[in-house]
Amino acid sequence: MRPFEDIVAEQGPVVLRVCRALVGADDAQDAWSDTFLAALRAYPDLRPDSNVRGWLVTIAHRKAIDQIRRTTRAPRPTDDLPETPTWDDLSTPDDDLRAALEALPPKQRLVVIYRYLADLPYAEVGAMVDSNETAARRSAADGIANLRKTYLRGTLR
Amino acid sequence: MSTQTRTNRQITADLVTTFPVVRGHETDPLRALLADRADHDGLLDVAYRTVDSPFGPLLLAASPEGLVRVAFEREDHDAVLTQLATNISPRILRTGRRTDDVARQLDEYFVGRRRHFDVPVDLQLVRGFRRAVISHLRDIAYGSTESYAEVAKATGSPAAVRAVGGACSHNPVPVVLPCHRVVRSDGTIGQYLDGTETKAALLAMEAAA
Repeated sequence: MRPFEDIVAEQGPVVLRVCRALVGADDAQDAWSDTFLAALRAYPDLRPDSNVRGWLVTIAHRKAIDQIRRTTRAPRPTDDLPETPTWDDLSTPDDDLRAALEALPPKQRLVVIYRYLADLPYAEVGAMVDSNETAARRSAADGIANLRKTYLRGTLR
Repeated sequence: MSTQTRTNRQITADLVTTFPVVRGHETDPLRALLADRADHDGLLDVAYRTVDSPFGPLLLAASPEGLVRVAFEREDHDAVLTQLATNISPRILRTGRRTDDVARQLDEYFVGRRRHFDVPVDLQLVRGFRRAVISHLRDIAYGSTESYAEVAKATGSPAAVRAVGGACSHNPVPVVLPCHRVVRSDGTIGQYLDGTETKAALLAMEAAA
């Protein structure tokens, strides 16, 4: 079995990318750390023929779902400022695309991230979102079509 | 280019550039934090680092019990780490944790300012007679030598002279446990993990200090 250090060195950057897309830049570091700690715990039992990147992204997926549930359950102080981003002239195309991705229906968003940012095959993506290859392929196509509609300067303002 | 006319292919290309894969070193602070958390949670079975020495880079690896492996570059550090993954655990991370003391003491030793190492050593990689031989190495004082025959006698197996040589060649923690101080009865230097030049240099350094 390979030393876990090799796995971190090889997959760390792509897992950080997935975490940024899943939970945003601010929470991505915690999500990355939680993912690799859980992976380290389970690593000795990983089957030798496993797709290591798919395994790590699956763990990141579960961690992100937990994190999102925690955040939405937490009560918000009423006098807090709204967290909705304000779109001003500083908004870049990157910000627009991030916002458009964020606004996708959850399943489409996850499938787009796992297919295009984690570069996983549809069969694996389908299994991750409790679905199958065909449905995952359709969700990804719907997601990209929706991004085409919403990822236009101004439509989110 | 207007975003109004983006094709599906352009959208996916934009996604990839909007969420770039960071360069490897950008995850370094995260990796340091991971090692801290792993150690805290009892998941860091082997911590390792490499340090410079007059004989090239040395790999230092420690279990929670102590220093478990020192390896010269000649042994191929990647191969050594793979062996550690097989023989101890694959829960291995590169971190300075656990090996700060031995790294500092090695620096002092190589400049002649330290005569013995004061760090916990974990001999789980050697068993039986070999372990007895390796343990005995602690008793051979700085600047002195013992013959393979003397070590065989000291470990209660006077006939096992060749086996002592075999045990020394499997010393998991060379330098720190001084197998370089075991020489042939005829006064010649005998074999060494990193080659006889290194053994001769270590003995000459200790004799001069």
